[in-house]
Amino acid sequence: MTASGTQRPDADVRELKFRDPARGAALAAALAKTVGEIGRAPVSVMHVCGSHEQAIARFGLRTAFPRGLDVIMGPGCPVCITDQPEVDEAVALARQGVRIATYGDMVRVPGTAASLADAQAEGAHVDVVYSIDQAIALAAASSEPLVFFATGFETTAVATAAAILAGLPPNFFVLSAHKYIPPVMEIVAEMPGSRIEGFVAAGHAATITGWGVFEAFVARHGVPVVVAGFEPLDILAALVRLAELIRDGARTVENMFPRCVTRDGNLVAQRQLWQVFTPIGGRWRGIAHVPNGNLRLLDRWSHLDARRRFAIDLTRLWDEAPSLLSQQCQCGDIMSGLRTPADCALFGAECLPETPVGACMVSSEGTCRIWHEYGVPR
Amino acid sequence: MCLGVPGRVIEIRDNLALVDFFGVSRQVRLELVDEPVAPGDYILNHVGFAIRRIPEQDIEGTLAMYQQLLREAEHDLMAADVQGELKGTRE
Repeated sequence: MTASGTQRPDADVRELKFRDPARGAALAAALAKTVGEIGRAPVSVMHVCGSHEQAIARFGLRTAFPRGLDVIMGPGCPVCITDQPEVDEAVALARQGVRIATYGDMVRVPGTAASLADAQAEGAHVDVVYSIDQAIALAAASSEPLVFFATGFETTAVATAAAILAGLPPNFFVLSAHKYIPPVMEIVAEMPGSRIEGFVAAGHAATITGWGVFEAFVARHGVPVVVAGFEPLDILAALVRLAELIRDGARTVENMFPRCVTRDGNLVAQRQLWQVFTPIGGRWRGIAHVPNGNLRLLDRWSHLDARRRFAIDLTRLWDEAPSLLSQQCQCGDIMSGLRTPADCALFGAECLPETPVGACMVSSEGTCRIWHEYGVPR
Repeated sequence: MCLGVPGRVIEIRDNLALVDFFGVSRQVRLELVDEPVAPGDYILNHVGFAIRRIPEQDIEGTLAMYQQLLREAEHDLMAADVQGELKGTRE
């Protein structure tokens, strides 16, 4: 599974420079020592955030990890875990002539057989936005109905909630594919074949939920959770703490990102989130049905719900089938921590950022895209 | 999509803050932030909303990383996500 090799750096070549080199070296030494004290290898831990993987790869952090430590990215890319049928709904609406606005990478994510970019090429009206505010401005400037295809984890769902509570133009509708991270950690932890001994929780999602949300998880699954920030030193410090907890057999949640995360989280944002959404079970692409993993609009917002407002015609899908290539896509196993992009025959060959087969190569937060950009770790 | 970007509040008008992001002034919505925000404070912006006020004494390292990202790389994946966060705010 060699890469096509176009300007792809070797991860080992990427120079690791810490803001505080002495502290970086001390943390790297502490990590090696602690992982050694665990006395078995490899020790596998999982983070659940595309931004963490970006930082780990971008700053060459894996070169500072000891050989016995495996840091795996789990289902932390909101674009990647948006399921094919959810994309199909947006594509069907677009093909029916409804204007769609959505966050950038969503446009190229394949549904069962087509993406929003395909619909756009056929003449559908699809706008890329960077915030729900921009989608609202587009709707306000027109009388045409606009559906905001709302994707992302709780960090982004709270923005959708706040915008809904603040009031929307009458021609603005929401197709929610928002997802909630804590429940999927349960699924991944229970997966047969999972070797995960500890989790690194995403700092900004935890800014919303608080670190207390992971206490029940830790009690149920007996694996420690450490909340981490995004700077290289933050990540390294969190991994040292996680390794210590694994070594000591401690089953606790530790907050290593106190400048942003509190035990209760952002209660103002949570209040708005649960005034607008309710958790409901749903599929995460390639992973599993996740109980309470999806965020659905509450009934009081049904007048804004694109699924209720429009008859979404998915019959055209009956004539379309997923491509043979996409059936070889390993995204689901990669996001579950069971494989890496290096295990996928398509990675860097048929599957490239310009011609992605799976969602993980589309999104800037997908493991495949990140490894393609910054290099495959040794 | 969850990285966010920190900035320094210049001015508050109702539910909007005018925020300086590394020399670029943009407006950020304040409905989601859970502490009072005043000029001089730092906030973390995500998709056009402040989701956290960050104490000034804790911000230095965070700012350094973003400055490095924005300075070093034009076509970098992570830097592009930071730019995307800025595009999500109001001019």
